[in-house]
Amino acid sequence: MTMMKKLKMTAAVLALSTTSVVAQEVEVLHWWTSGGEAAALNVLRENLAEGGVGWTDMPVAGGGGSDAMTILRARVSAGDPPTAVQMLGFSIQDWAAEGSLANLNALAEEQNWDEVVPEALQRFSTYEGDWVAAPVNVHSVNWVWANTALMEELGLEQPESWEEFVAAMEAAQDAGYTALAHGGQAWQEATVFDSMVMGVGGPEFYQDSMIDLDPDALGSDMMVEAFERMDTLRGFVDDNFSGRDWNLASSMVINGESLFQIMGDWAKGEFVNAGLTAGDEFQCFRVPGTEGTVMFNSDQFAMFEVSDDSAQEAQLAMASAVMSPDFQVAFNMVKGSVPARTDIPSDDFDACGQLGMAQLAEASANGTLFGSMAHGHANNPSVQNAMYDVITAHFNGEFDAETAAEELVLAVELAQ
Amino acid sequence: MAASSDTGVDFRTRLQNWLPKLVLSPSLAVMLIFVYGFIAFTIYISFTDSRMLPSYEWVGWQNYDRLFRIREWNIALNNLAIFSSLYIVISTIIGLMLAIFLDQKIRGEGVLRPIFLYPMALSFIVTGTAWKWFLDPAIGLENTMHLWGWTSFQFNWIKDRDMAIYTIVIAAVWQSSGFVMAMFLAGLRGIDNEILKAAQMDGASNFQLYRRIILPQLRPAFLSAFVILSHLAIKSYDLVIALTGGGPGNATALPATFMYSYTFTRNQMGIGASSAVIMLMTIAAIMVPYLYAELREKS
Amino acid sequence: MAVASTDTAIRSSNWSRMLIYLVLLLFALFYLLPFGIMLVNSLKPLEEITGGNMVALPRTWTIEPWLSAWSTAQIGVEPTGLRPYFINSIMMAVPAVLLSTIVGALNGYVLTKWQFRGSTIVFGLLLFSCFIPFQIVLIPMARILGLLQIAGTTPGLVLVHFVYGIGFTTLYFRNYYAAFPTELVRAAQIDGAGFFQIFRRILLPSSGPIIAVSFIWQFTNIWNDFLFGASFASGGSAPMTVALNNLVNSSTGVREYNVHFAGAIMAAGPTLLVYIVAGRYFVRGLMAGSVKG
Repeated sequence: MTMMKKLKMTAAVLALSTTSVVAQEVEVLHWWTSGGEAAALNVLRENLAEGGVGWTDMPVAGGGGSDAMTILRARVSAGDPPTAVQMLGFSIQDWAAEGSLANLNALAEEQNWDEVVPEALQRFSTYEGDWVAAPVNVHSVNWVWANTALMEELGLEQPESWEEFVAAMEAAQDAGYTALAHGGQAWQEATVFDSMVMGVGGPEFYQDSMIDLDPDALGSDMMVEAFERMDTLRGFVDDNFSGRDWNLASSMVINGESLFQIMGDWAKGEFVNAGLTAGDEFQCFRVPGTEGTVMFNSDQFAMFEVSDDSAQEAQLAMASAVMSPDFQVAFNMVKGSVPARTDIPSDDFDACGQLGMAQLAEASANGTLFGSMAHGHANNPSVQNAMYDVITAHFNGEFDAETAAEELVLAVELAQ
Repeated sequence: MAASSDTGVDFRTRLQNWLPKLVLSPSLAVMLIFVYGFIAFTIYISFTDSRMLPSYEWVGWQNYDRLFRIREWNIALNNLAIFSSLYIVISTIIGLMLAIFLDQKIRGEGVLRPIFLYPMALSFIVTGTAWKWFLDPAIGLENTMHLWGWTSFQFNWIKDRDMAIYTIVIAAVWQSSGFVMAMFLAGLRGIDNEILKAAQMDGASNFQLYRRIILPQLRPAFLSAFVILSHLAIKSYDLVIALTGGGPGNATALPATFMYSYTFTRNQMGIGASSAVIMLMTIAAIMVPYLYAELREKS
Repeated sequence: MAVASTDTAIRSSNWSRMLIYLVLLLFALFYLLPFGIMLVNSLKPLEEITGGNMVALPRTWTIEPWLSAWSTAQIGVEPTGLRPYFINSIMMAVPAVLLSTIVGALNGYVLTKWQFRGSTIVFGLLLFSCFIPFQIVLIPMARILGLLQIAGTTPGLVLVHFVYGIGFTTLYFRNYYAAFPTELVRAAQIDGAGFFQIFRRILLPSSGPIIAVSFIWQFTNIWNDFLFGASFASGGSAPMTVALNNLVNSSTGVREYNVHFAGAIMAAGPTLLVYIVAGRYFVRGLMAGSVKG
């Protein structure tokens, strides 16, 4: 905050002293283009504008950010990188390794980022001990979204084990509902798979297989079991799941056609937009078997090395604004995610948001906070996508569970 | 006087001799850099360990070796064979048929022609969602037929791993068959009617007219259609992304989607480049003989 | 000579004419269908789409989605709609189309009327450029634009589209001029007309149809391009397709399908217009050009 004030003052002084000042500007590459999220980001733009920092918007949607990453490569190759780029997980590390990112250590020290940002996130925001990115939010992916009315109608309680979860879905199926709303796109299947791996093998197994990529763990019986659970889930999905967008799957739960959806917390926005209240008309709980753990992905603004002083100042102003508690609250309430700093009171958030914040802090403290494979926070993009290939091929019936585990070992080997 | 006018003329004719080459040379220079230079660059990258950005560490044939061990690449090649052959054949047949029909002094041709032609004007960023909905059994054609009372009607190809590639063919044919129609129509309109009338006098049936006289004369149109269609087939990318995103599973991956995914999404630029080289070689294998034959014949 | 009135020697019975009309109408329906779906759904409120049959006609008609897509939909952080991007696309497409058409015409002229040793090889080299997959040019092109200091600007984008359009325009004009009587050119030469004079006085006046073909083809390709537009334009100068993609392809937000469809039709407006207005010349141009020769 002091930084912001300082900047505001400098801006005011400059504005008084001369009219020919080069305006400070940040150019921001991101893929938050849908109504709510873009509006949330606009808060950041306005905060910066108050400090006299202009904002050149460079939105590129598509492919969950992969199109934006393509464009970024073109920009860097042209020697003209944007000031700040929305980025996920390993991409930040890759760009830092290329030496393209700026050093934010001074600001981080002044504002105590080391203390307030969970360590699992710092793993991605820092490179070799230097801060290179400012985290905006933490999404967690091991959530189940449930239709309360349907649960009551079927006489269901919140399931607390995998068996109860399966039993609940059976009840829904028997009553003629689609038990599990699912969209058949590779990343959605991988999102579900994250929870299955964690559910079967627990934190240690998740670490070994998804993060350390130990071939023994990848081909183990537990992995076979994780694939078998995917088979079980496949049995509760309707015939038309393939290619469906995740938000249409959410609508199925909202409309009462479906009981559950396994999806990250961005799904909450769909429910809220449909006029439903968290904890009341719809329920959120962790995927049974993964309680106590949180698998996350975190959107961050990676700061690219810029040459001239005014651009650097603007960049620092932006990093500071991103980390400000006000923005973190304003943005995350809209986005469905939780703030990337743990020192923020959760009062303004709804039931699911509060639950998420508490569980994030708890998992962070217990060391059970893990990066999500499905969202590029467990391993690099080539391994991640190689896993996608196997998971989605298996879910679509090309492999049985045992073959899938074997293929997974092979695919990961080829991708490294 | 005489001398100076002489050099003037000399200079002028010399300039005239050089002008054509001078006019052509910027295009040629631009092509050498932006096309052939870039192809050379891609070939070079395919022998390096480039990942996120180009690197210059030589690794020999390793990328090619890996490429052909990747399951998805083989699926993509297989799909390209199915897709391009069906797409080219069906588009040509439909295009030819529509052109012949439109050539029968049809009333309303002025309305029909742009209707057949307009899909070529739209990109799949625009029409992708509409196609996706139409093909989706829960909300599209199948559902509509059910609502209209034909409850046994089934059309769920896009959800079926073995059939999904054919839905890509349908959408692709939709986009370009009208364009092919225009090419054939132009060919048909260029045929001398006197020959046809003479043949008719001799008692040739309509069928015979087409088989013996008209179709052979359309040969240039067939070749142009083939070139345009095969280049569209090999470059097909938007279409797959918009309709299926390569799914269900990887069932509808094509080399172009594979290349993009490895180069840009998966940070395996070396493998992406090697797949691009294979694609370029395929294109060259089709185009070079064609160009050779065409150009030799004309000169 | 109007194309539509060209006489045909083929005669057919009434029954087969009925059949022909039927087939043509069925195909017209098939071609119109996706557009129809888009149009119908762009006029519905969102609840009607997510809740019901997506092929049905609207129960409540509304133009709200169109207004939203045009001026208030969220493209980036600011709710600007597609409006500001329209002009960007025009600033990009018009110069690129003109440049590549002019250069293609001159190339075609040289390659047919001023042939020299190796000119066919030059043509072959130009033609093969039509087949280069755009994905592989992305990174090296970015580096060159960076070196030229025009990365992220509209002139840079114009250059890119110009470069990859030359192959097609040269092909069209070459095939068209190949059919043009060379004797006229020689006669003019003997009368002392120069290189450009011959082009301007003799070939250009009869180039209308093929200019239309080149124009339609280039305009459609450039207007619809996404990859180059997204890569080589910076925020403020992004073309329409990039904005449309941002509107339609947001990954983790709520999807307003009706607005998406309205935006999609709008973005396609200029190309549709070009096809409908210039379409009649298209067949005529093709007739004299690329399919004969």
